[in-house]
Amino acid sequence: MDQVLFGAVPYILIVTAIVGTIWRFTTNKYSWSSQSSQFLENRTLFFGSFPWHYGIISILVAHIVVFFIPGVLLAWNGAPIRLYIFELIGAALGFLALFGLLALIYRRITNARVKALTTSWDVLLLIILIIQVVTGLGNAIFYRWGSNWYAAAAVPWMWSIIKLNPNVDFVKSLPLNTKVHIFNAMIFIGFIPFSRLVHFVVINPYKYLVRPYQVVRWYHRNPKTENVVQYK
Amino acid sequence: MDIRAQLSMSFHMDKCIGCHTCSVSCKNVWTTRRGAEYMWWNNVETRPGTGYPLTWEDQERYRGGWEVSGGNLRLKLLKGPGKIRTLANIFFQPNLPTVDDYYEPFTFDYQNLFNAPAGDDQPVARPKSLITGEFMEKIVLGPNWDDDMAGSPLYASNDPNLKGLSDSQKEMLTKFHKLFFFYLPRICNHCLNPACVASCPSGALYKRGEDGIVLLDQDTCRAWRFCVSACPFKKPYYNWATGKSEKCIFCYPRTETGQANACAHACTGRIRFVGVLFYDADRIEEVAKTPDERLVEAMREIILDPRDPRVQEEARKAGIDENWITAAQESPAFNLFKKWRIAMPNHPEFRTLPMNFYLPPLSPILHNAKADGGGTFDPVSTEFFNEIDKMRVPVRFLANMLSAGNEQVVIESLKKQMAVRLYIRQQRVGDVGDSAVKNALSQVGLTPQDCEDIYRLLSLGTFQERFVIPETHREHLSTVDPRTMYEKRGTVGFGGKKREIITGRQW
Ligand code: SF4
Ligand code: SF4
Repeated sequence: MDQVLFGAVPYILIVTAIVGTIWRFTTNKYSWSSQSSQFLENRTLFFGSFPWHYGIISILVAHIVVFFIPGVLLAWNGAPIRLYIFELIGAALGFLALFGLLALIYRRITNARVKALTTSWDVLLLIILIIQVVTGLGNAIFYRWGSNWYAAAAVPWMWSIIKLNPNVDFVKSLPLNTKVHIFNAMIFIGFIPFSRLVHFVVINPYKYLVRPYQVVRWYHRNPKTENVVQYK
Repeated sequence: MDIRAQLSMSFHMDKCIGCHTCSVSCKNVWTTRRGAEYMWWNNVETRPGTGYPLTWEDQERYRGGWEVSGGNLRLKLLKGPGKIRTLANIFFQPNLPTVDDYYEPFTFDYQNLFNAPAGDDQPVARPKSLITGEFMEKIVLGPNWDDDMAGSPLYASNDPNLKGLSDSQKEMLTKFHKLFFFYLPRICNHCLNPACVASCPSGALYKRGEDGIVLLDQDTCRAWRFCVSACPFKKPYYNWATGKSEKCIFCYPRTETGQANACAHACTGRIRFVGVLFYDADRIEEVAKTPDERLVEAMREIILDPRDPRVQEEARKAGIDENWITAAQESPAFNLFKKWRIAMPNHPEFRTLPMNFYLPPLSPILHNAKADGGGTFDPVSTEFFNEIDKMRVPVRFLANMLSAGNEQVVIESLKKQMAVRLYIRQQRVGDVGDSAVKNALSQVGLTPQDCEDIYRLLSLGTFQERFVIPETHREHLSTVDPRTMYEKRGTVGFGGKKREIITGRQW
């Protein structure tokens, strides 16, 4: 069972994510949007969107950083006090995200305008996200070694997947809650191309910080279509 | 010198009758789609009034446009440390107008008029929201909600342009015999220093090099909505159904083939003029930083004279087509804005260097003082000419709207328009007196030929004289894929319709 769930399924989902994203980007760029609904409702959104995004992005970044340098985290966590600090910050951010997510769900259910625009994909996405955040918080609260497990078990497992030599032994003995967290994360990745989640596969906003304010495109000059001209 | 071409529309406000033909033709062509119902790429506002969306000129609230801070041009939206702030607000924008600042798009349940069972009461068509599909309690806002002041000074008194008017001038809003209002037709200004373009994190907005039209790339837009906040004129609109912003496209599929824009073509008052301007792109930043009092003047300076052989030479070097150079010499925009100096931009103080120009209204020319005493207008008297600033529409109000508060710019235009009237009256009726006309002309610096030309363009102008639009040769770059034409019908180029795979719901 674990062999399939943590040895084979990840590949299916990763391939789905990559192929699906490329397919959608090349065939239907028009649908590539964050589908913001702030225009329809912006009071509850404030209490949802800000905490949610800042909470979840910080946690995501932490996951990614540790993914590359697991040793550093393990060393840091060597002293219990530092482990507590790390777990505490993680849990706080998790609660921030959870609060935001609940506000967003509440908004989607109660606001008639937003509700009218909610698609089945949005509902599925919210279910995936709430499972992910709740199990993540579960790890942080009920298992003192949550962050160590990530660095010592999940990260090596992820690397084994990437190296095309899946080794499920790393995750086999983790508690159910943690397994759900890991498996759901993969579902989340596979889900990217099918929902508004594509908005997080963004490259453009980073360019904004370095490009000049104004953009001019020419049809008759070279390069033909897009030429960012600095007239500022 | 980096010389570029720009298509520009001018509006003769005196002649606008507020019929909204322009808005309706624009809507019929471009925005009869789901999510676009509330968009009025062209709209006509009664002034004084709140405008559309509500009080869009109030940049304390919306923070649109630019400001000069520490010698640098900066988007007002950024307030803090610069572009970083833009990105920090990507999840929630404090300055974004919501649908309640426009109106909830609605239709009426017309079927009920036919299907209602026989009864004692007249059946009614109740309003239905186009967003939720539910019946609406009542309609609380709509496009042109305060059209023709809506019978009450309540809306009009919220006009941000009333700032700085004396109490007696403001009182005119409430006294019927002193009342004034006029119409302000608006489309996107296709600015030289567009705040919408500068604010877009995705780089979806761009100005076209060849004709200066500002467009929004539908495939690159990610619904960050910054353009909506940053444009001080609120001309990009967010399509809540497709999750993409859209804006006035200056009818480029029409102008590229030499046809007039849908709004301008349809204009019953024949108040609109479209032509080419040449400008020096190297000077944009410098001009955009000019202090308020000199702003209109600086904008006139950045426009180059297409009849100057040196400019023509430069234009050829810059790769501007010959037919554009010819058209630029006949351009009504150039004449109105730069040569005769009678047109001016809307809210230049937002520093986007808007490229549409307005001739301030001279009518109703009833003198404020005369109106009080019940006097009538004596067209021959020079009183009007010399005291033009005492006219019924306060100059201060026009200056707030059209010249960053510089009253001289407005007075110059009004006097010139008045001088042309005197000149023509002397020709037709002959009761003004040659010397009085001569005196008026020399005061405002117009030649008799200028008067003839202004009169010709503003009063008699034929279609060809009002719209001098050269063709753009980009046929070989057509982006229409014949294979997808069928699917794309009904979307006027704004992408496909949405269909949900799970439930099959479509919109
Ligand atoms: S009017 Fe607004 S939308 Fe149009 S170009 Fe200027 S800043 Fe952009
Ligand atoms: S069609 Fe012309 S006259 Fe009528 S409202 Fe529009 S701009 Fe004014």
